[in-house]
Amino acid sequence: MAAPTELTEPTTTVQTDPVIAVRGLWKVFGARPERVPASPELSTLSRRELMDATGCVAAVCGIDFEVAPGEVFVVMGLSGSGKSTLVRCLTRLVEPTAGEVVFEGEDILAADRKRLLALRRAKFSMVFQHFGLLPHRRVIENVAYGLEVRGTRKVERLARAQEVIDLVGLDGYERSYPDQLSGGMQQRVGLARALAGDPDVLFFDEPFSALDPLIRRDMQNEVIRLHREVGKTMVFITHDLSEALKLGDRILIMRDGKLVQCGTGEELVGAPADDYVADFVHDVPRADVLTLKWIMRPALPDDVLDGPELPPDVVVREAVRAVLAADRPVKVVRDGELLGVVGHEEILAAVAGD
Amino acid sequence: MAQVALPRIAVQRPGRGVLVLAVLVVFMALWTVLRGVHTLTLGAAQLTPLHHWINDFNDSLGASRDSNPIFLYFFNEIRLVVGEFTSFIQGVIAQPSFGRPVPLIGWLGVVAIVGWVSYAVATWRAALLATAGFTFLGLQGLWQESMDTLALTLSAVIIALLFGLPLGIWAGMSDRFYRLITPLLDLMQIMPSFVYLAPLTLVFLIGPASATIATLIYAAPPVIRFTAHGIRNAPQNTVEASESLGATRGQTLFKVLLPAAKRTIVLGINQTVMAALAMVTIAALIDAPGLGKTVVKALQTLDVGTAFNAGLAIVVMAIVLDRVTTVAAARAERARQEPSPAAKLARRIVLIAGGVGAVVAVYLSFTYVWAAEFPPDVSVGPTIAQATTTATEWVQTNLSTLTNGVKDVATLILIDPLQTLLTESPWWLLAATIVAVSAIIGSTRAAVISAVCLLLLWGTGLWADAMATLASTLVATAIVLALGVVLGVWMGRNRLVDRILRPVLDAGQTMPPFVYLVPFLALFSASRFTAIVAAVVYAAPVTIKVVADGIRGVSATTVEAATASGSNTWQLITKVQLPMARHALTLATNQGLIYVLCMVVVGGLVGAGALGYDVVAGFSQAQLYGKGLAAGVAIVLLGVMLDRLTQAAARRSQ
Amino acid sequence: MNKWVRAASVMLALTLAAGCSGAKIGDDSASGGSAGDCGDFNIAINPWVGYEANAAVLAYVAETDLGCTVTKKDLKEEVAWQGFGTGEVDAVVENWGHDDLKKKYIDDQKTAVSAGSTGVKGQIGWYVPPWLAAKYPDITDWNNLNKYASMFQTSESGGQGQLLDGDPSFVTNDEALVKNLNLNYKVVYGGSETALIQAFRQAEQNKTPVIGYFYSPQWLFAEIKLVKVDLPAYTEGCDADPEKIACDYPDYDLDKIVSKKFADSGSPAYELVKNFQWTNDDQNEVAKSIAEDKLSPEAAAKKWVDANKDKVQAWLPKA
Repeated sequence: MAAPTELTEPTTTVQTDPVIAVRGLWKVFGARPERVPASPELSTLSRRELMDATGCVAAVCGIDFEVAPGEVFVVMGLSGSGKSTLVRCLTRLVEPTAGEVVFEGEDILAADRKRLLALRRAKFSMVFQHFGLLPHRRVIENVAYGLEVRGTRKVERLARAQEVIDLVGLDGYERSYPDQLSGGMQQRVGLARALAGDPDVLFFDEPFSALDPLIRRDMQNEVIRLHREVGKTMVFITHDLSEALKLGDRILIMRDGKLVQCGTGEELVGAPADDYVADFVHDVPRADVLTLKWIMRPALPDDVLDGPELPPDVVVREAVRAVLAADRPVKVVRDGELLGVVGHEEILAAVAGD
Repeated sequence: MAQVALPRIAVQRPGRGVLVLAVLVVFMALWTVLRGVHTLTLGAAQLTPLHHWINDFNDSLGASRDSNPIFLYFFNEIRLVVGEFTSFIQGVIAQPSFGRPVPLIGWLGVVAIVGWVSYAVATWRAALLATAGFTFLGLQGLWQESMDTLALTLSAVIIALLFGLPLGIWAGMSDRFYRLITPLLDLMQIMPSFVYLAPLTLVFLIGPASATIATLIYAAPPVIRFTAHGIRNAPQNTVEASESLGATRGQTLFKVLLPAAKRTIVLGINQTVMAALAMVTIAALIDAPGLGKTVVKALQTLDVGTAFNAGLAIVVMAIVLDRVTTVAAARAERARQEPSPAAKLARRIVLIAGGVGAVVAVYLSFTYVWAAEFPPDVSVGPTIAQATTTATEWVQTNLSTLTNGVKDVATLILIDPLQTLLTESPWWLLAATIVAVSAIIGSTRAAVISAVCLLLLWGTGLWADAMATLASTLVATAIVLALGVVLGVWMGRNRLVDRILRPVLDAGQTMPPFVYLVPFLALFSASRFTAIVAAVVYAAPVTIKVVADGIRGVSATTVEAATASGSNTWQLITKVQLPMARHALTLATNQGLIYVLCMVVVGGLVGAGALGYDVVAGFSQAQLYGKGLAAGVAIVLLGVMLDRLTQAAARRSQ
Repeated sequence: MNKWVRAASVMLALTLAAGCSGAKIGDDSASGGSAGDCGDFNIAINPWVGYEANAAVLAYVAETDLGCTVTKKDLKEEVAWQGFGTGEVDAVVENWGHDDLKKKYIDDQKTAVSAGSTGVKGQIGWYVPPWLAAKYPDITDWNNLNKYASMFQTSESGGQGQLLDGDPSFVTNDEALVKNLNLNYKVVYGGSETALIQAFRQAEQNKTPVIGYFYSPQWLFAEIKLVKVDLPAYTEGCDADPEKIACDYPDYDLDKIVSKKFADSGSPAYELVKNFQWTNDDQNEVAKSIAEDKLSPEAAAKKWVDANKDKVQAWLPKA
């Protein structure tokens, strides 16, 4: 299946001024790690080869991407792919070996300790897989923790914490201790803590992997709701493709520390960059992800072009009924221009998952 | 150790078992041929150049104490501060002071304060125990001595915390410092105090400063170790979360790490208190006042009854301090369960009323003789002493034939063969064997450490004595382990047994060994076996407790599953509970070893000879001082080697 | 709440009423009246009862007759001698030889001086329990020891006879003696006085054989009359080479050592220490009071002093 030409350009960059721009980011663990990105030979080795040659482990290998304001950017990969290290490099919880992380025009890697603390306090915050709550503090004190380390006055920070607690639906639990709450509730506390400081960017490191499926779904919806309400830029790490597709405006797939593909969900499903991605997205119900522009074919001379019209970004699943109901191909039209047609054959193929 | 560990390893990993066996066979073969060559035996009065050099160095140090600037401006200042501090605490509760014929606070005040504080930090149960315990000290007729001991313990512990907590925090946060301080802590804990008592009094003079510092040296390591351990084991994700919110290192330390490590730190403080109490009798040798002196004096006339009475006071004090701190630690954990407002109010009222009561009691004990000095006419001390003497005499008279028989058999089949093997081997052959075994059951690193320790042991000039001590140590540790497993499993599986045995174990651990040496000497004569029995009494309690806790820690689900699949009790213990408690068993072995080594010197007092005797003689005879110090170092080297080896073996088998 | 407060105040009042009776501290502060210009007298207490007897009597006399403020410090010998230099110890009142310490502190560091004999004679040697000497009279001659070696065999002596040694405080030549006298014995280090005493006690009580290093005067002799084994007699210089010793231990003239400072101070307590002399029997009497009759050192001293006024009078400084 050929991808529409307009979509083949690389999508690791964005049109508007990016909030975060990552260029050539490396993180190598081991002795004298800086030699790896610097050396043309070493930097091209696979992980295994590098390990054998130097004893170093490359967690992140020369990654580039940009995140647009207000975007939910998902980094996806299996365990060991380096995704958690990557997100930690962005706030320097893990010190990157080489590369650039530009946040709102400022190179984070050049920031001194003081500036870094200021950035962490005001600009970004993070939600962790294992919550990372302080067991000896009540919910409200956990949520207010970030404000506390900034030096916000107690009355003020507790008021703010209460606000966020209400926002994430934890009201009534302020005075509980973390271990008295279920996993999902604990992660709401983690979420509230991250939101309390009103950061520009939220980082999520597999926040829902430790939760039960039902609760996970609730929490995903919660994030979508919050994103709508507060409109924060989010960088979201997950190993779960359906979660990535559900939340992500764009998705970056990592494998062995390297970027494999970066694009929207439908780009990944519609045009996997390699067999690895293809394998990954294999079980995704294509009809749920792909839009008409992915399955339409150019209008043939013998097509009867008086059928119903649909825009190109309608998801296949939603177009099935209309296409099947029509006795002639459906026209895919944008701004009055005919892009192509979708007939029974195309729609059935897509639904059948082939 | 190889002999002890062999069967288990052989079953688990045939490869390594076979290797060890091969090494041992080679050793035995060569031993038969080379027996008696290069054994490095040194007579009791013989000295090496190193020993002479240490003597000379010690003498020159002593001679220069009035002119050396380190003494004038450093040690003297420390002595002044520590001495003043200790004297102040003594003045408050123990010694006549501030121009009064009695301390500031008399018995009534102290009992009231102890009860009130126990209630405030722990529970009413703990408060009751504390009050009863301290009143009992008075009834024993040992109030003054007990308070002297308490004052010394308190000042040593407070200073230990003052330095230990920051050092522990530093060691918790810096790997480099951790690596640096660990061997130093080993040295402080294993080095026999007899070795540094005399130099201490030279540097800090005879008096409260030296006594406090001697106690401090032995008591500070636990709190440093536990604090570092607690901080290093704080949940990583919480620390990371805190950092991600922009917390500084200081903020993360105080708001995350320390609260997370709190329970471990309190346990460390508890251990430090216990260690300080263990030094009471030793400190008495440099004129530290208190219960230790009573014990030591009573021993000069073999007055077991009086010694036991004083020893019992130490045990009572230890149990009170232990229970109150333990409960306080547990309460710190539970505090989050919000008590009902009524209970809260009740507690507050009791606290206030108790506080007022304590203040009144303190005032009374400040003002009136009856509340200041414990009434002497109600003493149960003589009764306890008399009963102990009678019991001891009965045991000595009726059991000594039997017990001496046991000793002869044990010596013949256990101690003698092992000691012959170790002491009559050429030193290099044995060293090579130990290094090889270390490499096989431990790691390369363990082998290197063993090699270094053995080389240094050779350097002390006390190789033969060290090997004799090693033989006794191994036998004692084996017995301790056997006891630990049997009683530990029993305790771990049965709450009632636990409740009955635990106080007995506590007593065994805190009763000064000097007290039971006299009956032991009667039962087993002066012999290596006597020393081993004494070491077992001291080391078994901690081993048993660790095993019991490990058994209890085995997940109930696993036990349930094993029971469901039809395991009988024996199978349950051997196939599920013991293997799953392996971590605890390792810890138990390790602690057992260290505790046994702590008793080497005491063993020297009852016929163990070897390193223990070298240390004791070095403390008593000036010309043997250097040799005693070298023997102390040798004990430390043995300890470090065995400790690192067991740890490596444990890591390897996991 | 009100009820609680009232109850508490009633309790408080009751306690105060009950408590505020009896003697107040300081009511009987007539003690400690000083009779002379003696000042402080720091006396080391080495850890054996005979020493304690000397010290108890000296301290008692210094306190009652000279009005000194006596402080007793429980210290081992080496630490006590060290104290001469630091000014914390004024006197050691029973010294067994210790030529090494004398050389170090009297000759080299010059912080201590001798204050003459105590009059007590010390004897070190090999001893057997009385029952053994009664049953085998010839055992007290060293020449016959090999005959009995097998009798003294123990688990520690490896097939030879056991010679129980080792109060670590005392110098021993026993290894050299055994070797040079060709005795079929092995020296086993008991490691403490306690171990030695217990061994002799058990042996006498159970009629088991034991031979060991011991010394007199010692309070144990009041309980068990240990019998000394005759080694080749001591002659001047026979112990010159420690490797070649083949003779008995010398008799010790137990003496007193004081700090240089104390000796130069002109304190009446120094005079007292210098003049102090008594006999083995005197010491044994006080030692027995302490060890066997369980009297406190003060009470034991008082008892003896009251019965021996004339001896004490001779020690006091001439006014």
